[in-house]
Amino acid sequence: MSAPRFDAEARQGLAMISPPLVYALLLLAAPLLTILAYSFFKDGYLEVIREFTLDNYRTALSDPVFHKVMLRSVVVAMLVTLVTVVLAFPVAYFLSFAVRAERKAMWLFLITIPFWTSYLIRVFLWKVILAENGVVNSLVTLLPFVDHSPFGNMLYNVQAMVVTLAHAYAPFAILPIYVALEKIDRSLLEAGQDLGESRLMTFWRVTLPLAMPGVIAATLIVFIPTIGDYVTPELIGGGKTPMIANMVQANMLALDNRPMGSALAVTAMVIVTIVSLIFLFLNRRFLKVRQ
Amino acid sequence: MKSGGLRLYAILYLAFLYAPILLLPLFAFNDGTIIAFPLKGFTTEWFGQMIANQTLRRAFTNSLTIALTAALLATCLGIFAARASTRFNFPGKTPAMGLIMLPLVLPEIIVAMSLLVVLLAVGIPLSIFTVILGHTLICMPYAIAILSTAFSSLDKSLEEAAYDLGETKWSAFRLVILPLVMPGIVSSLLMSFTISLDEFIIAFFLAGNEPTLPTYIFSQLRFPKSVPVMMALGTVLVVLSVLLLTVAEYFRRRGVARTGQKDHGGFL
Amino acid sequence: MNDTTKALTPDPANPPKPATRSSKAASRYAELQAAKPMIECRDVHKYYGDYHALRGIDLTIREGEFFSLLGPSGCGKTTLLRTIAGFEDISSGVVLIDGGDMADVPANKRPTNMVFQSYAIFPHLSVAENVAFGLRRDPRPKAEKAAAVEEALKMVGLTGYGTRAAHALSGGQRQRVALARALILKPKVLLLDEPLSALDRKMREQMQVELIKLQRQVGITFVLVTHDQEEALVMSDRIAVMFEGGIAQLDEAETLYSRPVSRRVADFIGVMNFLPATVLGEEAENIRVDVEGLGEIDIPRAQIAGKDDDDPIMIGFRPEAVNVFPEGQPQTAPRQNGGTIDEVVYYGDMTYYDVRLDEEDGTRSEPVRISMRNVFGRDIPCVGERVTVGWSPSSMILFR
Repeated sequence: MSAPRFDAEARQGLAMISPPLVYALLLLAAPLLTILAYSFFKDGYLEVIREFTLDNYRTALSDPVFHKVMLRSVVVAMLVTLVTVVLAFPVAYFLSFAVRAERKAMWLFLITIPFWTSYLIRVFLWKVILAENGVVNSLVTLLPFVDHSPFGNMLYNVQAMVVTLAHAYAPFAILPIYVALEKIDRSLLEAGQDLGESRLMTFWRVTLPLAMPGVIAATLIVFIPTIGDYVTPELIGGGKTPMIANMVQANMLALDNRPMGSALAVTAMVIVTIVSLIFLFLNRRFLKVRQ
Repeated sequence: MKSGGLRLYAILYLAFLYAPILLLPLFAFNDGTIIAFPLKGFTTEWFGQMIANQTLRRAFTNSLTIALTAALLATCLGIFAARASTRFNFPGKTPAMGLIMLPLVLPEIIVAMSLLVVLLAVGIPLSIFTVILGHTLICMPYAIAILSTAFSSLDKSLEEAAYDLGETKWSAFRLVILPLVMPGIVSSLLMSFTISLDEFIIAFFLAGNEPTLPTYIFSQLRFPKSVPVMMALGTVLVVLSVLLLTVAEYFRRRGVARTGQKDHGGFL
Repeated sequence: MNDTTKALTPDPANPPKPATRSSKAASRYAELQAAKPMIECRDVHKYYGDYHALRGIDLTIREGEFFSLLGPSGCGKTTLLRTIAGFEDISSGVVLIDGGDMADVPANKRPTNMVFQSYAIFPHLSVAENVAFGLRRDPRPKAEKAAAVEEALKMVGLTGYGTRAAHALSGGQRQRVALARALILKPKVLLLDEPLSALDRKMREQMQVELIKLQRQVGITFVLVTHDQEEALVMSDRIAVMFEGGIAQLDEAETLYSRPVSRRVADFIGVMNFLPATVLGEEAENIRVDVEGLGEIDIPRAQIAGKDDDDPIMIGFRPEAVNVFPEGQPQTAPRQNGGTIDEVVYYGDMTYYDVRLDEEDGTRSEPVRISMRNVFGRDIPCVGERVTVGWSPSSMILFR
């Protein structure tokens, strides 16, 4: 009922937001702008030469190694996102529709626990599971007539990274989908069936479109950290299958080429932004359908 | 409801989530240096080695210091931001909140690298302090998300009623708003604490020579010899986080019960 | 309401007149008029950016009065209440409470307390703690404060509820806690922001009566904001009807009902029938008009109200100011017209009839709504039946 009071309210609001805002300006905005500036500078020995150039981007974009690493990052992140979201949806659906209200908290609790345990340890566990002398091989060897290490070494490839990351980010995908499903008015589903649709068609025409914002949110929540993941390529990829984060780090630190590292970081950000915007655009279209 | 198939699937899914984690205690007490079947017998040696390890202890105290400080800072800053965003309208609100929440959608490597570049350029030596700075930055959006939910579920007239009954703006906040958002504050502290404790990338690049738990674990994973000790450490960490989560859930339920809301379950 | 029953046993000497209150009520008015002013608003304006929310409010509310601000949502009634409480600054003008200028007095220092629409019961405190909330700075010893809380709870009928958790209460009980919490501070003015809107109908009617009793008991000024005209009529000594940030009419309840000053007020309060009219001539005491369906009428000058510029000149009358009987049945009303029943809406104790009146040229008027109390043993006329409509010029209002 009350429209915004501009003077007093704006002043109070600005005063209230200023501590976190100043913090974010100093420790986030300023650093991001710095690497944006660095990406247009030249690299000198042990220093950065403040001269405008597009060379870093030119080099990066024409470098076949960069292409390969970027492509691998996007493919791995997409695969992980697809796997996690597809596997998570039925669980979220089960939680929302089949679990009794008083037991929902317990199920959510069970699903969130793995997410709160050390990420590094979880990644490492997959290393010991998939290794040549690891859990899977040694377990299968216990069977009669099976040779030593029947599957060999399952590490150091894209599939192993996908499995590891999908496991690490699984709970992230369930929660947003679950929240979206919980928001659906149950009478809409009854209306769908009342209007002559089968259970399956009701799911297809009512539940799924209404759950879409949650699916999109899940997609973004999984995709963004996965594409920038550093640990899994190091541990599971064994350093042989680097992704974009490893390349940025190598340029920034090992090769001490800050402008090149910055250009790679900016490019990675641009790609993440573009993909995210595509997802958000899809989401908006779904939202429009809803209205 | 034909939920039998779905239930089976959900249980299998949970098994997939937990199976690797269950390996931790299994091999933490296994008397063998290689993580493979068959099991070799029971031992507590790995836990003994873990406790005797000086560097590990140092990493542990470092991590605790960082996580506690970052959780406090992030929650305090988060209270300001959450209250500003739920209670006031002001010009530039959307871009300001956008910037503050940005770490949520930014790969951590970018945050870490850009901070590192600036810290080195400004000449601030890398230490626990720089890790705290970075962790506060990435914990803040999570804190705000939790606190905003707590603040926005408050009826604005509660505050006005306290003011109308003779309290000042500050005492109205202290007597009414603070107790009612307390469960949110506790959740925010726990969430930030856990995120910081578990964070690897920022700690890896900004800690200088100081170990934290994740960076120490990372450094040890290269040596097959120390893997069983890491299994023991992992077991301890899992037990600790389950305990922490249970406490958090207890507080959340108490908060829900006290203010008479409907229980929706979960903190996220 | 009881004039309809009277109208069923018509008395030729006493044509139907608007209902008036008893002499006891009249003496309350006289007392109130003599009481000192408690709230005075002088040319109060309020802007939200470009939006003009209050447009020059002038009013005086007296000590001990039950006053209502009535209007549709967005008319500024809540804003006006909140400026009196001190939650909103005013852009210009003066607000005085008990003679003191409130310009620099914040809400927590004003001698007013508020009952919020949502009740704003603190969910983390018990009932007694809620009621005692405002006593924190009170220097009295603990035992005295506890006694005051008991007293306040007793006053609102919640004796023994002190230790209950506030969130476990029903809507009506929360309402009572909110009342006790505000009244324990002995304010000079109690402000009530749509306090009954969240209650169901039965509870609402019960609380209306209790609020009136409570107001008479504590004797302080109550200012009520409501969009429910019935609630305002039931409870208030005087009512200010507000539209678009201004006061359209400020009067006692029955004046407001029987003599609305404009078509808009008449439309907002209760049901009123309107028939187009043409002025034929002006006399010293009467105005002669020709009304579609009713013929020529002399309207006393006291029964003239204003209208918006766009509206045509109209005659208005309330559904209960007119009688309807089967054609041919003798009746004594001073004026009678023929008509046909268009619609019958049965309400149990009452029936509403939509009647089209016969015009001189043989056509029929737009339907007018007439309400009649149902009487045992008498048939209710049905749709299409010919009827006689009986009325008196004294219940007609001319909008011009």
